Amino acid sequence: MSGEVVFVLAAAAIFGLGVHGLLTAGHIMRKLLALNLMLSAVFLLLIVVPARIDGLPDPVPQALVLTGIVIAVSTTAFALALMVRLFRRQGHAAIHPDVDPRMLGHVTGRTSAGPQEEHDRGSGSR
Amino acid sequence: MNPAVLLVGLVFIPLVAALVAVILPVRFRRPVALLGALAWPLLLVPLSIAVARDQTLTLVFGGWTPPLGIGWRLDALGLVLLWVHALAGIAALPGAWHRFGPKVVAAAPFWPLWLILSTGVNAALLAADLFNLYVSLELTTLAAVALIATDDGIAALTAAMRYLLLGVLGSLMYVLGVGLVYAQTGSLAMDQADAAAIRDVALVLMLTGLMVKAAIFPLHVWLPHAYGNAPGPVAAIMSAVVGKVALVALWRIWFQTAADPPDLLADLLGLVGAVAIVYGALAAYMQPRLKMVIAWSSISQFGFLMLLLPLASQTAFQGAGFHLLAHGLAKAAMFLAAANIVTVLGSDSIRHLPGLDKRMPLEAFTLALGGVTLIGLPPSGGFTGKWMLLTAAWEQQGWFWLVLIALSGLMSAAYVFRILALTCFHPARRAVHELHARPPKITSLAALLLALLAVIIGLYPHPALELLGRGLPGGAS
Repeated sequence: MSGEVVFVLAAAAIFGLGVHGLLTAGHIMRKLLALNLMLSAVFLLLIVVPARIDGLPDPVPQALVLTGIVIAVSTTAFALALMVRLFRRQGHAAIHPDVDPRMLGHVTGRTSAGPQEEHDRGSGSR
Repeated sequence: MNPAVLLVGLVFIPLVAALVAVILPVRFRRPVALLGALAWPLLLVPLSIAVARDQTLTLVFGGWTPPLGIGWRLDALGLVLLWVHALAGIAALPGAWHRFGPKVVAAAPFWPLWLILSTGVNAALLAADLFNLYVSLELTTLAAVALIATDDGIAALTAAMRYLLLGVLGSLMYVLGVGLVYAQTGSLAMDQADAAAIRDVALVLMLTGLMVKAAIFPLHVWLPHAYGNAPGPVAAIMSAVVGKVALVALWRIWFQTAADPPDLLADLLGLVGAVAIVYGALAAYMQPRLKMVIAWSSISQFGFLMLLLPLASQTAFQGAGFHLLAHGLAKAAMFLAAANIVTVLGSDSIRHLPGLDKRMPLEAFTLALGGVTLIGLPPSGGFTGKWMLLTAAWEQQGWFWLVLIALSGLMSAAYVFRILALTCFHPARRAVHELHARPPKITSLAALLLALLAVIIGLYPHPALELLGRGLPGGAS
């Protein structure tokens, strides 16, 4: 019983660390690492916790974790590809934490859609 | 023949079409995708008849019983959202066809992704267990992120990245909750037999995760950028169904999985919805770009859908379900019209709106009709939905919700009329403005038809209301 508690606490700690990393890290690569950390915590919990229902290991959570790993791998690969695209376009791989000034602005008068905006739109439908 | 077999087609027609489109050369992808995207909605006709007759259809694959097998279930709520998906998807096709032609680089990934998004949305609406819901929602999110990124601008890529990171955070919280539910009850079914054993922690984790995906107020940050910068057809289909799929899942977990969710939590989530309604409307009023106005309006309108949790009656469910339907159609129509405006003017800054009613009357009319539904003016579909919610609040003497719903119409009117007044009555009607090539008329007509439909369902609300009348609120009311 106490062995389980250790695993559950570890899972909770790892998940928390991952959330912190995801929200505070600047570089997208770090965010993705944090995301994978959270995934590991979820998988750990899924494997450990249901095992206590009876002595035998339960096959269902293992099937779930297997599916989860497949999703995690493809999500990470896709996010990395997206990061590379973003890096090529803006020259660095961070998400600007500040609110885009174009989203604020006032009712009519001065806006917003400057040359950058036009450029962005235009290149969308090459 | 058992009509439940047709459920297979809802997921496998777009999936197979996507796979076929991937292996074909780029110039064949567009027609194949068009066939796939037009084929699966046909199944909704027999399915609607079957659901109207025996309420829910269930299907278990290959004799493998859940939890190891995959079970699907189609109920009234799922059917309503499938119709929104089908109608908005079909209306978006002319614009997508025009924009993503074979010479466009982004067309190669666009068409298969479009079908995969449909696959994910349909599978999520049919999922009868918590884990398959997770898988389908993940598929939906990944396809939606990739579709946003087909616009290669920095703004769209950043929005896609933020949506991806927050979406995965949401789904991880959700799946953590699912793991806890399984640990406590030994079952993954959406309607749990032993629901009393579900702890609040698991429930809150699942709800929070789904609220991120549905962009409910404090967790909405990804939505305006994602919808505002996505290509027009993508923004249309996303606003019509992608967020709502997560919201429908949230309702189902609230009313079916959790036996007796605490009242305090219900009131808290209703309050979150109330803040969303006000905050979203204010933010929409301040936006300098048309697409951002429409995107922020979604956050406001999603707030109404959270009011179902504290009201929790059959009338409230009919209202919220109908609002889902009307809002999905109107919002998709408005995004399609905005997409055409961006194409012609080269920008959707509201500075360019004055005089638009002369140059693009169909688009201006679509925006106005969609706005009528958003405000909830009779006889639009938005009116019916809000009226039912008002009735539910009246029945339960929930005066706070009553006043809120009544006032929210005014706030929606503020941002809708700002756009319309600028378009039609602004003194500085620019006589000449550089115009780009106009997209084919059918794209404008498709958007207009969709907006008209959102009004027409308000005139004939009975079929949908009757269907919804047999739906959700179970134990909770």
